[in-house]
Amino acid sequence: MDDRNKQRDAPETQVGTTGHEWDGIHELNTPLPRWWLWLFYATIVWAIGYWIVYPAWPLLSSYSNGVINWHSRAAVAADLAALQAERGPMMARLAQASLQEIESTPELLDFARALGGRAFADNCAPCHGAGGGGAKGYPNLVDNDWLWGGTLADISQTITHGVRSGDDQGHQGSMPAFGRDGMLKRDDIISVADYVRSLSGLATTPGADLARGAKIFADNCAVCHGPQGKGNHSVGAPNLTDQIWLYGPETKTIIDGVWNGHGGIMPAWGAKLDGVTIKALTVYVHTFGGGE
Amino acid sequence: MGPGGATALAIEGATAAQPGQPPHAELAAEVKRTLAEPATPELQKSVDPDDQPLYASRKKIYPQNVSGTFRRLKWAMLVVGLGIYYFLPFVRWDRGPNAPHQAVLIDLPGRRLYFFFIEIWPQEVYYLTGLLIIAAMTLFLMNALAGRVWCGYLCPQTVWTDLYIAIERWIEGDRRNHLKRDRQGWTFDRAARAASKHFWWLMIAWWTGGAWVLYFADAPTLVKNLATFQAPLVAYAFIGMLTFTTYALAGWMREQVCIYMCPWPRIQAALTDEYAFNVTYRYDRGEPRTSLKKAAALHANGQPAGDCIDCLQCMYACPSGVDIRTGPDVACIQCGLCIDACDAVMAKIGRPTRLIAYDTDVNIERRRQGLAPIYKIVRTRTVLYAVIITVIAAVMAYTLATRRNDGVNVIHDRNPLFVRLSDGAVRNGYAVHILNKTLETQRFALKISGLPDADVEVMGSESRSNGDPVIDVGPDQSREVRVLVTTHQRLEPEASIPLTFTVVSSEGAVAASAADHFLGP
Repeated sequence: MDDRNKQRDAPETQVGTTGHEWDGIHELNTPLPRWWLWLFYATIVWAIGYWIVYPAWPLLSSYSNGVINWHSRAAVAADLAALQAERGPMMARLAQASLQEIESTPELLDFARALGGRAFADNCAPCHGAGGGGAKGYPNLVDNDWLWGGTLADISQTITHGVRSGDDQGHQGSMPAFGRDGMLKRDDIISVADYVRSLSGLATTPGADLARGAKIFADNCAVCHGPQGKGNHSVGAPNLTDQIWLYGPETKTIIDGVWNGHGGIMPAWGAKLDGVTIKALTVYVHTFGGGE
Repeated sequence: MGPGGATALAIEGATAAQPGQPPHAELAAEVKRTLAEPATPELQKSVDPDDQPLYASRKKIYPQNVSGTFRRLKWAMLVVGLGIYYFLPFVRWDRGPNAPHQAVLIDLPGRRLYFFFIEIWPQEVYYLTGLLIIAAMTLFLMNALAGRVWCGYLCPQTVWTDLYIAIERWIEGDRRNHLKRDRQGWTFDRAARAASKHFWWLMIAWWTGGAWVLYFADAPTLVKNLATFQAPLVAYAFIGMLTFTTYALAGWMREQVCIYMCPWPRIQAALTDEYAFNVTYRYDRGEPRTSLKKAAALHANGQPAGDCIDCLQCMYACPSGVDIRTGPDVACIQCGLCIDACDAVMAKIGRPTRLIAYDTDVNIERRRQGLAPIYKIVRTRTVLYAVIITVIAAVMAYTLATRRNDGVNVIHDRNPLFVRLSDGAVRNGYAVHILNKTLETQRFALKISGLPDADVEVMGSESRSNGDPVIDVGPDQSREVRVLVTTHQRLEPEASIPLTFTVVSSEGAVAASAADHFLGP
């Protein structure tokens, strides 16, 4: 028995030591339980099983498929199918009901708003904002001013076919570029801009000739915006007499709009979204609060 | 003198003292065999340190049956605990037509927890937090008073292992017979007994898993569906998993779970103190250990001799294979079976019982010094744990007793914060969430105060009562409605006006309210 082995029992702990010693510090011998080792081997066996069952190894032009032929894409499809099956009865009711019926039936309204909310966040929020608050050039959907009409039917039409989207049934018509195309002179445009501001009671440039502006408005703008400037849903001409401005009420902004024209585009979502989703979106947008 | 020799003598002493007892010669031989084997491989001094095995195999334990106070206590705990676990899902509780009739039910799809007269919604998960704090503090308190009470009597690992050991004894015999059978190699008899044991173990494990899933669905219906293979796959999967874990942990892993897998032995070692009762070998009384005959000889010479006769019955009774006489041990679950085993021996040889007993470190030391034992149940830690338990339990009981059956939450629109309407009016939008925890449909009137002459509109709800919009919420449901508040009054720039949303149920007895703001440009 050598010296090393004499130190194998640490008196303080009554636990055997390995015999390793550094500067009088002994290493206690506390071996791992053997089943711990078996667990390690079990993970290796599990990994091999996993390679066989699931897709695992990259090959030259493909990969090992696994014996159960599992694919993440198929799993997503199955999940979506399960979701559709779960929603099925409510989706069928939504498909059957008219837009008015959906709004007047609490459970259909709750379901449509939940469905519409997700579709809005996915498709509409990038331009119209997460809560429909809009941005410059992108209409605010929460207020009660509508370019193309705010009834359920109007909203459904706009969502389905879009605005200047190229869709045959989409809304057409845009604000001409009166200045750039030489239809109005520079000082005419400045006058009409002041007149337009006066329609909604905004301050005008001191000394502005509003009568001249009114004349120019009647000759050029009234055909779309109406003799009183109240706008026209059928051509998407905004009401100029209210407090809501798509591009802003500043004189400079109005002059810029008359000079260069406007013609923002909304895609035709009928080509991308199914009918029930568009119904849900219509109800969702209508119940933002400004619906007519 | 080797320990084996001493043991043999001790057993012979016991034989001499108690003629007509079971065959002690065989027992003595077994003791010799046990002690001839090195206790642990690392004690084999001739092995080079670097050649020692890195892994220790589990030594199979053959716990000997005992009878006594603590064994009876453990049986009682086992019967009560398992009885509750296996049969509680079948207890019915009438809650009326719109709720399940199961006393204890975790309704995951419906997101409700039912416990007799209590129904908990997900947003009331703080009751679970309270329960967990109480559970932890109770564990600490038990530990401060009497050591590992949880481990010894209440832990599912202990209870199921105890049941499995009982089955093992019933089929393969008690310690001695089981050892003898195992030494005979694989005979048909041994194989048949082993097969029978595993069959019963698996049956218990299967019933354990089966009872588990019954807490998550209507128990009688689920039993019927399980039997006719109509139950959801997840139910079978969970039964399978729990069957496996029960069988593996209670049948095969046993004390390995306590020694290697459970964190509590380490935690409790840090929480205990010298005043805590623990299952202890009273070495002040037991040492030096010697046989009856030698003890008599030593006493005759006026030399000290302890009460322990080194019969090893405490060690044989131990389900963890611990020798309690070596002091506190991380593997000791303090089940008290060694107390019963030792008491039986002490009674037979006519010495006072409780050589192994629930005792405190401080009293063992005091007795050694000839002082009277002191007991301090009231200590800072026990008082603190008890106070925390009482406070949390009181708060929970109070909130449960005064729990509202309605509730309202309001979330202001974030985009846009406000909107100007074409006539210049300012409007704010809110998502109002109304809770109805009663089991009947409730009609709530929504009142908003803080902004006089504001228009309040609930989308999709035209009906009004006394000018306030009314909203129906189904039984045990919540409903979110969009509410628009519009004002024509001139607001200060960047106005932020406090609003109170109040919902009053048609009974009008109670009203819940929530605060928010009306924002302006």
